[in-house]
Amino acid sequence: MAEHRFDNGKSMRTPMARAKGLGASGGGTEHFWRQRVSAVANALLVLPVVIIVAMIAGRPQAEAVAIVSHPFAAILLALFVVSIAYHMRLGMQIIIEDYVHGKGAKVAALIANTFFAVLVGAASLFAILKIGFSPLF
Amino acid sequence: MAQAELRKGQAQRPLSPHLQIYRWTWTMAMSVLHRVTGAALYLGTAILAYWLVAMASGPEAYASAQWLIGSWFGILVLFGYTWALMHHMLGGLRHFIWDFGRGFGDEQRFLLAKATLAGSAALTILIWVVALVAR
Repeated sequence: MAEHRFDNGKSMRTPMARAKGLGASGGGTEHFWRQRVSAVANALLVLPVVIIVAMIAGRPQAEAVAIVSHPFAAILLALFVVSIAYHMRLGMQIIIEDYVHGKGAKVAALIANTFFAVLVGAASLFAILKIGFSPLF
Repeated sequence: MAQAELRKGQAQRPLSPHLQIYRWTWTMAMSVLHRVTGAALYLGTAILAYWLVAMASGPEAYASAQWLIGSWFGILVLFGYTWALMHHMLGGLRHFIWDFGRGFGDEQRFLLAKATLAGSAALTILIWVVALVAR
């Protein structure tokens, strides 16, 4: 809060900016909160997903498809890949902001980060849905 | 002119000491490992996506993915991925404890840091033993 700053009331921030409380990032605690919410989802989903993957491991494609196409497995896997893709985009953003200082390089890295996370998430989700719907067609 | 003697990229302002200056502690090592495992998992998701897409593509694509992942190198990566996943998860749970304002005590911090490493190793071995025995 402005009144606790060492410059003691000489803040350049407007009363509106202070009232909003979103700070220099413009986002307040939003990034932190989303990271934690997705972390809770990941923590809940990781055990069932590990079990599903362990069940599939070593089986031929037809049996793997049979396991993944069960709605229970497909829904858990779908939630997991979306949640981890979202969580890892947030996490890598922090790493980039910590280590990449050049403005152009930073923006490029942040865009690449988003693209990679969306690509991984979308490809995984599509594959799960295709397998999940395959017995219906 | 002092300005002229500045080499390119050389920082003249006082810099705070960085990682190599400090004595390594458990909490510091686990903090670094949390970030490293997070970055490793980030790259590892590409393997997960490849595996799922191969499965969705058909028996031949899946067979070649299985050959790649089932090779000794693939197994090694998968084992490392399991450990990174467990370590990052336990590190995250440690952050949740801290989020509630607990676990900051002198002994608690180091106990939690050590538990993160011991727990991740134990869970990784447990997962692989169960997965292989249940086969």
